[in-house]
Amino acid sequence: MEQLDEQERAGARDDGAATGVPRPRYDEAGRRTPGAAEIYLEVQRSPAFQEVRRRYRRFAFPATVAFLLWYLAYVVAATAAPGLMARPVAGAVNVAMVAGLGQFLTTFLLTWAYARHARLRRDRAALELRWDTQEMTRGAGQW
Amino acid sequence: MVTGDHQTLALLLFSAFVAVTLGITTWVSRNRHGSTEEFYAGGRLFSPMENGFAIAGDYMSAASFLGISGLIALYGYDGMLYSVGFLVAWLVVLLLVAELVRNCGRFTLADVVAARMAERPVRIAAGTSSVAVSVLYLVAQMVGAGSLVALLLGGTGEAARTWTVIGVGALMVIYVSLGGMRATTWIQIVKAVLLMAGTVALTVLVLIRFHGDIDSLLSTAAERSGHGTAFLGPGLRYGGDWTARLDFISLGLALVLGTAGLPHILSRFYTVPTARAARRSVVWSIGLIGGFYLMTIVLGFGAAALIGSDEVRASNASGNTAVPLLALDLGGGAGSTGGTVLFAVVAAVAFATILAVVAGITLASSASVAHDLYASLRRPGGRQYSEVAVARVAAAVIGAAAIGLGLLASDLNVAFLVGLAFAVAASANLPVLLYSLFWRRFTTRGAVWSVYGGLVPAVLLVLLSPVVSGSPDALFPGVDLQVFPLQNPGVVSIPLGFLAGWLGTVTSPEPPDEARHAETEVRALTGAGAV
Repeated sequence: MEQLDEQERAGARDDGAATGVPRPRYDEAGRRTPGAAEIYLEVQRSPAFQEVRRRYRRFAFPATVAFLLWYLAYVVAATAAPGLMARPVAGAVNVAMVAGLGQFLTTFLLTWAYARHARLRRDRAALELRWDTQEMTRGAGQW
Repeated sequence: MVTGDHQTLALLLFSAFVAVTLGITTWVSRNRHGSTEEFYAGGRLFSPMENGFAIAGDYMSAASFLGISGLIALYGYDGMLYSVGFLVAWLVVLLLVAELVRNCGRFTLADVVAARMAERPVRIAAGTSSVAVSVLYLVAQMVGAGSLVALLLGGTGEAARTWTVIGVGALMVIYVSLGGMRATTWIQIVKAVLLMAGTVALTVLVLIRFHGDIDSLLSTAAERSGHGTAFLGPGLRYGGDWTARLDFISLGLALVLGTAGLPHILSRFYTVPTARAARRSVVWSIGLIGGFYLMTIVLGFGAAALIGSDEVRASNASGNTAVPLLALDLGGGAGSTGGTVLFAVVAAVAFATILAVVAGITLASSASVAHDLYASLRRPGGRQYSEVAVARVAAAVIGAAAIGLGLLASDLNVAFLVGLAFAVAASANLPVLLYSLFWRRFTTRGAVWSVYGGLVPAVLLVLLSPVVSGSPDALFPGVDLQVFPLQNPGVVSIPLGFLAGWLGTVTSPEPPDEARHAETEVRALTGAGAV
């Protein structure tokens, strides 16, 4: 994985060296130069890109909904059902304390799961698409 | 509680921090010519670990270190809800924002939105709201600095407070305008290490005092708080009528959604080379921030158990001195060498924290002024100044404005100001950011409406809230303009921001630009064409 990162960094530097300045995206009259737009639309429609997007969204969207609901449930329970939250579990530790520490735990777990999913399921495909897209736009004389 | 020894030692330590950070600033700014990449993004070659520490340094303010522990020491469990909200917010950043923003933008939030919209109106809108959020957050930190010096160094007089605010403001202008992002990042890293080290040391001492027995720590805290077991459950602070409870939900919403809209956090993702590095920085920062907030909980209950809530309240009504008092006690009590040293260390760390956070926000807001507002508003025929020169001047102007407002607002509650900054960020910045990244049909009108549709209600509702007028502890207790019952506007203004963006989009006469949406989406997810 470190190797991939090195590649990526080298790539990021390369782009900077090749262009020096950020690439112009408009001509003097403010119109879009032709070529790049078609390329991006084409990449967007390609199965490879659709797959990367699908993998990202199928993880990120349900996970976001889940942790937001869990957090809201926690906040609402603290204000609406303080009796339930004050129920003791073990010794001085009560339901509220367990729920609060549970929020910490789920945050750490989800962070780990997301990073792992992105590293194993998305990074390589996205990087390939990046090089391909940049090749195509370079070919179209955009750089 | 404050003796000459504490003051001298704390001042000495703090001077050492200032000297080191000024040294860093001169060192990193030698032989650097002011390119925008260098000034706003520090050359973009920080490692994920360095950036993770810097993000944590930007985020963990003195309000967290002193404020949350103090709230827990006074109100027990209700204070803990802050720790949870501040941490969970990072999942929004990690899952939805960090990587995509790194790929799409160059320096600011407006870059991301402007990539697929008509540039000028969108830049002006997003730049304005970014500056508004930054200034609110900055004033909170300045007020905090003023109160801190009054509390910790004994100078309760108005003069000590005024000079601290001016001194902090002047230092941050020097850091930012001379050192840019590179110096600011190193200052954040040094500060994060110091803050974590100080917090770990205190936490270990608390746990040693209770022989590692969390149960006895909690029951002693409950016993000495004067509230019994109610101290360990919710409701002591926010358990009153339904207005108070709704206010708490509003605050909780603002905390969890605001972080992803804070300009100084977003600008940190541009200091690393790739989106993957941005993700890894966030993973580092979640680890650090999560550990930190867990420890603030131990410190809060520790202060309640070892000092007692009443004594904490007697020292400072809002609990801000709980941690310094705890340090004094853990070191061996007042008059002992250990107590003096620990107390001074805590005071110096708190100052360093404020200084670093203030520098980060000033840099981000000067970027918004120069890169978004100046670049969009300057007359085409007029004299052209370089963007970095404008940003340096903007840092000085913002610094001066923050000093002025900080002095004016010196009696406002710090936690309230931070909550307000988060509410404005969540209402004005987050909707436009998420719509731009994820909604195919989003248009320029939708973007502009969503920014102003969140910003205006958020600010207006605060002006009409009990914080400004109509209650005994309001900013202007004499007048009564209060219409809105809640202190935090989040629960109303955040949905309004999303609603306005949707409404603006569906009523747009022009169709969405499919090609530029394709470009944004492809760039966001692959990194193609990212700078």
